[in-house]
Amino acid sequence: MRRADALSAIYAELESCMVVTIMGAVAAELHALGHRPNFFYLEHAMGLASSMGLGIALSRPELTVVVLDGDGSILMNLGSLTTMARYRPPNLIHVVFDNEVLLSVGQSFTTATASGSDIAAMAAAAGIPRTATVHTLEAFQQTFREALQDGELTTLVAKVTAEGPASYWVDVHMLENRFAFQRYLRSLRPSTGLS
Amino acid sequence: MPVSTAHSQLIYTALKQCGVRLLSALPETWLVHLVALGEADPDMLLVRLAKEEEGVGISAGAHLAGVKSAMLMQNHGLLASANGIVSLAQLYRIPLLMLVSYRGEFGEEHPWQTEGGGATEPLLQALRIPYARLEEPDHVAPRIRKAQALAEASLRPVALLLCRDLMWEDET
Repeated sequence: MRRADALSAIYAELESCMVVTIMGAVAAELHALGHRPNFFYLEHAMGLASSMGLGIALSRPELTVVVLDGDGSILMNLGSLTTMARYRPPNLIHVVFDNEVLLSVGQSFTTATASGSDIAAMAAAAGIPRTATVHTLEAFQQTFREALQDGELTTLVAKVTAEGPASYWVDVHMLENRFAFQRYLRSLRPSTGLS
Repeated sequence: MPVSTAHSQLIYTALKQCGVRLLSALPETWLVHLVALGEADPDMLLVRLAKEEEGVGISAGAHLAGVKSAMLMQNHGLLASANGIVSLAQLYRIPLLMLVSYRGEFGEEHPWQTEGGGATEPLLQALRIPYARLEEPDHVAPRIRKAQALAEASLRPVALLLCRDLMWEDET
């Protein structure tokens, strides 16, 4: 499965979600499908995309939050799996694209998932109530849609090939993206809870 | 345990008066009463962390969503959060209200806290983070309020150092 195809397969569903991506290929490929104001590309701070998604999900429980993470990134913040599991927001879907390398550095720089570390198993052991590892586009699309429908904290690991876009350039400045995302998020129906 | 209950309550009340609704925390001795106050408060979303840097991401998400937050950590947690502070909060102009227990200053009896004490203010200065010390009860409410005002106006992190004379009762 190519990550670009996987993103394309869930692009329609992402319209109604608040989306936080990691840097590099994930950001560039999602942006290439068409930027939307509900997409935030975290271009640095590896590891913190899941924490940001958790902060949004807890702050706005009526919205669905999708984090598009990577193996290299989540491996830098494995404790986040335990924090997500502890608070278990039902409105958070944590997708991990696992290509087993630090792709933006080079194909030869494998992560520990290349030698058997299993992110879905770690997420399950951390207490994430729903986890899966999928290898095909069909399974990815179906599992993602089920997680959206059922409203349960999910870590969905998609095994993808180590291919990226020709360029990692995202033609939205980080601050432009940040303020537009904030404006969009705050314009949505205020939460009856925390807001 | 001689952690000041009264001063912890003062700090907590000041945070509530500032509209803080989400508190991320990694418990340590000086922070136990503050964490307990957050846990007991049905209107506070307390997020207990595995590592302090997660709190930077959580506060960033909360801020974009319109929820005021604060972070409770030990100074060693501040050291552990440096990359998140720089490459999320500062890069993306996210206000952080960081309350940092300042271990390793004069009076410190635990040898393992002493290196962190010496590195805390130089790190804050290196990161260009405005900070103030909370040493006396009179400092608490006004400095927390002013720190939050600056964080929100500048869209940058600020820090308040919770000092020994405020947090630890039998040391005078």
